[in-house]
Amino acid sequence: MALWTLIGLVEGSASTKWPLGDGPDGQEGVLGMPRLDAAKCEAGCTSCINACPTGAIGLNAAEATLDYGRCIVCQRCVETCPTGALSESHDWAFGTRNRDALRTARTMPATAESAVSRRGFRRSLHIRHVDAGSCNGCESELQALNNPFYNLHRLGIFFTPSPRFADLLLVTGPITKAMLEPLRRTWEAMPEPRWVMAYGTCAVSGGIAPGGPCLTGLDEVLPVDLYLPGCPPNPAAIIEALLMFLDRRPAQVEQGHFDGR
Amino acid sequence: MTPIVKQGLNAGQLLAAAQELCDQGGRMIMLYTAPDDDGGITLRYVASRQGMVGFEAWVVPADRPVPSLAAIWPLLSWYERESTDHRGVTFTDQPEPWPLIQPLRDAESADLRRIPEIAGEDVQILPFGPVRAGVVESAEFTFFYVGEAILHYVPHLFLKHRGMEDRFVGCDSETGAILAERVSGVGSAAHALAYAQAIEAAAGISVPDRARYQRVIVAELERLYNHLYYLGHLADTTTLKVGHAEGVLLAERVKQINARVTGSRFLRSVIAPGGLRRVLRTDGLAEALDGLRGPIRRYIARLDASESYFDRLSTTGLLPREVAFDQGATGPVGRASGLDRDLRRDHAYAAYDDSDIALKIAGHGDGDAHARARVRIDEIDNAITMIQRALALTPEGEIRVPCSLPPSAEGMGWAESPRGTLIYAVHADAGGNLARVKIKSPSFSNWRVFPYTVHDTNMMDYAINEASFGLTIAGCAR
Repeated sequence: MALWTLIGLVEGSASTKWPLGDGPDGQEGVLGMPRLDAAKCEAGCTSCINACPTGAIGLNAAEATLDYGRCIVCQRCVETCPTGALSESHDWAFGTRNRDALRTARTMPATAESAVSRRGFRRSLHIRHVDAGSCNGCESELQALNNPFYNLHRLGIFFTPSPRFADLLLVTGPITKAMLEPLRRTWEAMPEPRWVMAYGTCAVSGGIAPGGPCLTGLDEVLPVDLYLPGCPPNPAAIIEALLMFLDRRPAQVEQGHFDGR
Repeated sequence: MTPIVKQGLNAGQLLAAAQELCDQGGRMIMLYTAPDDDGGITLRYVASRQGMVGFEAWVVPADRPVPSLAAIWPLLSWYERESTDHRGVTFTDQPEPWPLIQPLRDAESADLRRIPEIAGEDVQILPFGPVRAGVVESAEFTFFYVGEAILHYVPHLFLKHRGMEDRFVGCDSETGAILAERVSGVGSAAHALAYAQAIEAAAGISVPDRARYQRVIVAELERLYNHLYYLGHLADTTTLKVGHAEGVLLAERVKQINARVTGSRFLRSVIAPGGLRRVLRTDGLAEALDGLRGPIRRYIARLDASESYFDRLSTTGLLPREVAFDQGATGPVGRASGLDRDLRRDHAYAAYDDSDIALKIAGHGDGDAHARARVRIDEIDNAITMIQRALALTPEGEIRVPCSLPPSAEGMGWAESPRGTLIYAVHADAGGNLARVKIKSPSFSNWRVFPYTVHDTNMMDYAINEASFGLTIAGCAR
């Protein structure tokens, strides 16, 4: 045991300085959600709409529209598009408080933001995770947050075993009906103020598995304060989203457009 | 891929055929329901025999009760119950005649789970989950225990059943690959590979050589990050905190390599029917893996030198060879209990049949948690070697050929995923879309086996034993 401790000390810190200082975010090469330049669309072309397995792409007055809340990053629309209107990107930090910000076409009125102040939580947030039917890709990335490279603790953000100590309920998966009751009870066990995060495209919109034994996303059953689509969202995207939620980083997606950095 | 040898049987011949397979040293693999030409349902029993490159499929009509084969092949019990839950097939003499796939536990439906009645003055019942400490998948476990001793253990694994097999129905074969990648995230590449090979078998095409070798690279990268994460997690359950940190850090390094090579940390959007969707960016890969070899070797040497670690693993969660075979253990779990079986060798696919790839099958006879870790350690080293060999052996040329699913065709594809035997069976409808997809996942097999190593053990060992199996719940529940 002493040997391990010694070697741990000798090898030093493996954590990246990002996002507090200069350092890699660890996502070199990660393909993100497609960029849409609807001006390049050909009249009558529906190839991307037919290719998208989750209905993330639609038509509004002959112009393609995109809902990033449904995108599973499969890259198929990019491969299918004959005109380059949809292009490959490395955009993945899609965390937002407003579901509508993920859509290029406004279909619903902007959702009202939770009025409770998050001020006291900026440097200490405790998260309870519930898997409500994920493919375990999301869990794999959430587990990665505690590896030495991301070392989430250094940002004052912790996962907690008990909902009694949790400020944020982080939910993955499309919400299977069998997990509905355990999910509700976990939420009810949390003290107020409490917030809810839909993590991954399945939790945001149902993803690839809406219907049958599954619901179509978390906001069918709980009030969602933070959305992060992705399949799965990578660890850096989670960090960006959580810091954005705590007003420590700016939101990067607005009206279905990604600003990048 | 070698076609499947189909054989029609009726319900009356089934028991004799099952016994004959057993007597001749064959192995029953799985059972599923498939639509027949007249809109009815047939049962497909998939078996393998020694020396056979493909598989054997028995086709049995399911319009009347069929005798359960669970007494001869205990591993079939879960498949039979699943067929009853999904398609209403009746099996006579089923030893566990209650639902497997958890009935919905919303307000309208009753809880139909069957938990044995165990009572006694000091016997306590611990219902654990589905929301458990840590970032883990949802499942509920019932422990019957006295003090430290576990008397009996029942897992409930289907709370997150998403109906994934039904989700494929009506999709074209391209979309199917995207769905397959999302059945079990940490097995994305193996799922896409087994699925793509099933479609290719149905279409009767073979993929270009360049794709065959690059598929090996992708599949072994998946094994690498899974096994490294496994070692870190296992160290965590034995409270070796630095050992945990180092293992998961190595896994993270491989995930970052995955992203640079394929654009996805989970190796998604690469494998598709007909070959590959994109050329791998392999420049720098060999050097990156060389750079990992040293740290991995030193890490494993340190684990080997830690007595406290060895003490917690040795004799923990014993799985005898006979139980492993009867209940259908697969992958490293089976190999650690003396089952010499690996699809990469026994039913070779992609470029694994090229001896220059240098596939080495790991094995162990002890059947405890230490053996299960040992098998994975050996596979880590071999995975790096195979990736580097495949890099050198990959020829130039096309990466994909056109591949469409012919109307009413059927096919089977398989892969040795990091967790073991993964099989896809696909059936097309008259329009060339998917009519039925069966997924036989390794975690479905190994979860069936796992409770046999928990009954009659103790609470202190449970977390270590569970970690040593390396199970996923999404793969099991689908």
